[in-house]
Amino acid sequence: MVAAGLNLRLTGWKACATDGERNMATLNPEELSPPVAEMKPAVVDINAEEVRKELLGKYPTKVARKRAKQIVVNEIGPDGAVPEIAVNVRTIPGIISQRGCTYAGCKGVVLGPTRDIVNLTHGPIGCGFYSWLTRRNQTKPRGPEDHNFMTYCFSTDMQEEQIVFGGEKKLKQAVQEAYDLFHPKAIGIFATCPVGLIGDDVHAVAREMKEKLGDCNVFAFSCEGYKGVSQSAGHHIANNGIFTHVVGLDNTVKEGKFKINLLGEYNIGGDAFEIERLFEECGFTLISTFSGNSSYEYFANSHTADLNLIMCHRSINYVAEMMETKFGIPWIKINFIGAEATAKSLRKIAKFFDDPELIARVEEVIAREMPAVEKVREEVKARCAGKRAMLFVGGSRAHHYQELFREIGMETIAAGYEFAHRDDYEGRRVLPSIKVDADSRNIEELHVEPDPERYRPRLTEAGVARMKEAGIELSEYEGMMAEMCSGALVIDDISQFETEKLIEIYRPDIIGAGIKEKYTIQKSGVPMKQLHSYDSGGPYAAFKGAINFYREIDRMVNNKVWKYLKAPWQEHPELAAKYVWE
Amino acid sequence: MKDHNAPYTSTTNACKLCKPLGACLAFRGIEGAIPFLHGSQGCATYMRRYIISHFREPMDIASSSLGEKQAVYGGGPNLKQGLKNVQSKYGARLIGVATTCLTETIGDDVPLLVREFRREMAGGNGHEDLPALVTVSTPSFSGTHMEGFQAAIKSVVEQMAAGGPATEAVNLLPGFVSPADIRYLKEVLADFDLTGIILPDISETLDGPAQDDYEKIPAGGTPLKDIRAMGRARATIELGRTLFPQETAGRFLENRFGVPWRPLGVPIGLRETDRFFQVLEELAGCATPPRHDLERGRLLDAMVDGHKYVFGKKAVVYGEEDLVVGLTAFLSEIGVRPVLCASGGHSGNFGEAIAAVTQDLLAEPPLVREGMDFYEIAEEVEALAPDLLIGHSKGYHLARKWGAPLIRVGFPIHDRFGGQRILHLGYRGAQSILDRIINAILEKKQQDSPVGYGYL
Ligand code: SF4
Ligand code: SF4
Repeated sequence: MVAAGLNLRLTGWKACATDGERNMATLNPEELSPPVAEMKPAVVDINAEEVRKELLGKYPTKVARKRAKQIVVNEIGPDGAVPEIAVNVRTIPGIISQRGCTYAGCKGVVLGPTRDIVNLTHGPIGCGFYSWLTRRNQTKPRGPEDHNFMTYCFSTDMQEEQIVFGGEKKLKQAVQEAYDLFHPKAIGIFATCPVGLIGDDVHAVAREMKEKLGDCNVFAFSCEGYKGVSQSAGHHIANNGIFTHVVGLDNTVKEGKFKINLLGEYNIGGDAFEIERLFEECGFTLISTFSGNSSYEYFANSHTADLNLIMCHRSINYVAEMMETKFGIPWIKINFIGAEATAKSLRKIAKFFDDPELIARVEEVIAREMPAVEKVREEVKARCAGKRAMLFVGGSRAHHYQELFREIGMETIAAGYEFAHRDDYEGRRVLPSIKVDADSRNIEELHVEPDPERYRPRLTEAGVARMKEAGIELSEYEGMMAEMCSGALVIDDISQFETEKLIEIYRPDIIGAGIKEKYTIQKSGVPMKQLHSYDSGGPYAAFKGAINFYREIDRMVNNKVWKYLKAPWQEHPELAAKYVWE
Repeated sequence: MKDHNAPYTSTTNACKLCKPLGACLAFRGIEGAIPFLHGSQGCATYMRRYIISHFREPMDIASSSLGEKQAVYGGGPNLKQGLKNVQSKYGARLIGVATTCLTETIGDDVPLLVREFRREMAGGNGHEDLPALVTVSTPSFSGTHMEGFQAAIKSVVEQMAAGGPATEAVNLLPGFVSPADIRYLKEVLADFDLTGIILPDISETLDGPAQDDYEKIPAGGTPLKDIRAMGRARATIELGRTLFPQETAGRFLENRFGVPWRPLGVPIGLRETDRFFQVLEELAGCATPPRHDLERGRLLDAMVDGHKYVFGKKAVVYGEEDLVVGLTAFLSEIGVRPVLCASGGHSGNFGEAIAAVTQDLLAEPPLVREGMDFYEIAEEVEALAPDLLIGHSKGYHLARKWGAPLIRVGFPIHDRFGGQRILHLGYRGAQSILDRIINAILEKKQQDSPVGYGYL
């Protein structure tokens, strides 16, 4: 192992906020800001700065210079400031990356989980095929009449003829055909790489067909794969499109005292079902989710909610901001990954509405759910405490899942996102200082203004002040690094080569990443949990999800199979030799 | 139900994958090779995740990661930088460069760029380390993953094979079959005492052992020196009836180096396997080794025993054309009635190939349809009322809706375990498919029975 030659004793690793022995069931309801937990020295014994040098040392100078800004050692400053990290920059050609494309972020991630929009891929067959229900988003139609197109994959399957002579005609026919066959409420058109290059105007086609069909909303997304540095550009394009073409179309005000939207929850492995159950028990009225277990109609009506909750900040913050500007709906960041985080988030929402009955009810729900969580947690923790995890995934999960690991006593010693921006790492406080590069400029920033009729600020000035007092940060996200230990490694857009190196050096007990990384990591003798599509598991959100996750991680890190990798005669060569000699 | 003369515009629930994916699979079966897609990075990522979910093995595909600027001005610099990085970071001994729709649309001349790259590298140092570079054009707007696979094999052979003094080796071009199939073919060749060059060989590269030390490029794959020697082999056996009318790698070897070309159907089922073994007997100059004779005998015995369960049952078979041809041949042999043979591919040779393997067995020829998707297959199924479906995982929804068992074969299989270990070929493969078909029928019978008999 490479670790030789490195300084193995702890240097640089400060101390870490872990939940330690805190009993979550007795969590103080007043505790809304991140808890100042007891500080305990972490178990890591390798100097992150040395590891960083080791990773960079293998690159040619030019690549090393670029990567040096994307690999940082975390350091929490006195005011909570963290080091700057260079992110959301192009992947280096030939370096195998985890990232996908703009189309994947738009069609696959944000709009894919909606059941009743016909998502029509305009392009050759592959792009559509590969995004055909591969993310394990689940949905529950309300009845037999409800449309569910999620098991379908619609594509114009462009052929040479369209590449040469243009594909608009075929696209129009495809839209007409989808309408004739399914009579959907809406059809979304998604452009893949060749479309932009041959100059098809998907928006013009959408407008024309919308008018022609009359009772079907048709809208298009210019989400050609090459547009951005990762799927992140596609999220933004999806946000813009859904906001422009759908949000606000239906002004019906639904019953319910505490109306919320849940943004950036995609119902992978049934997460949204578990969260919805809790909302119902707590007495919140969920107007729309963007976009797990969701429907076109919910989006259309979502501007009637009074509070937006952001789960995955990266993929959906644009919608939240635009809804605030246009309709006056405030947003808060919440997190339902981790039992403690769930309790905290529920309390935060209750506090926002400031209704004593609601607050009491939320406490009741938490008190009812926690004993079961606590029981499993204690049991699993006994076997997992002190083990180490690394998380390289997504644009929020590398942050959120640290909570769950912490709850069973496992430390995350290195983490990074696949397609996040600086605010997801360092917190929104850095937003003003983010440089807009050519790639980001490519993606349209919508100019939004308050709606003349429907703008209604949900909070008065006094209300805002009250939130501040209660410790509820509006429109705020602190980012991942603030919650990681000083001395932990933070790596953006990790390459396969770097992953291998890290495994060699740290031998972590588990790594969380995506399916593409899974078998590479497991071939190195380290268990790997898929945190995009959950392997075949889930839900992992909220209380029941936490229990599932504890059990899953226990099973994985304590799996005995790794012990048998070497056959007995490989482990004791002298023994085998002896037999031969005899 | 629609009129077949007016085909649908959209492809709904496709029964085919895209062209470069096939090329990547082919390259993966070469020793020390890394597939490389010239295009934007999404394609590589998508294909990796798809291949991985079937094989449950690492699958690296590098990309030149083009952005908007390169999409407009050309991707040459990115391609070169990418090749350099793959060479230095992964120690690739061969890089297989396939194009994508993006670079085909902008018209990058990849062979030219690669030639330039070679020249530039020769000017600097490290020329001797330069890996073999093979290029293949794979626009998905013409052809499916199978065309991509075959195009890659053809490119490898065209760009690498050389002539010279003849060897005893036999080239075997199996097409896209499973790692278990390749292992079987190797075993058969060894039993005949034949030295084989199997291209590609994914038996280990896509179904490797557990390790505690990861190798960047898995062991196994067709050795480069063997590929270079293909022009000197005694013969080339090339599998896949729908390929025959076209320019193929095997035909190239014959035309260019005079290596006799022996085109055969994919040896699935009894008679296609018989034909395969006959050619092997001829090349090896010996009779089929007893263990394979025995396997054949056992297969026939099982066909007799199992006949009562399968006779007259109606089956829908879908997937890659040559796989469907083989399966249809076998189904006909065991008394199952193939009612629909469907493929997303459209080689133009599908119908003829099906006819060739079933003509003398079936009273009523099956419906044979190229260029189909699952929406259309579902429509046909309504009228055909099959008892079983045979194909990959994408037919699951249809099977579920229709209430017929699905026997999973081919690629992709992502709702069952062990897709990479399914054996389709030879007497042994036929035996295992037969067992699975019969058991699926029995299981369905038990499930549907209100009583639940345990003795069938
Ligand atoms: S653009 Fe072409 S090569 Fe890329 S995924 Fe789509 S169909 Fe396949
Ligand atoms: S062609 Fe473009 S849109 Fe399609 S998968 Fe590739 S990068 Fe994404």
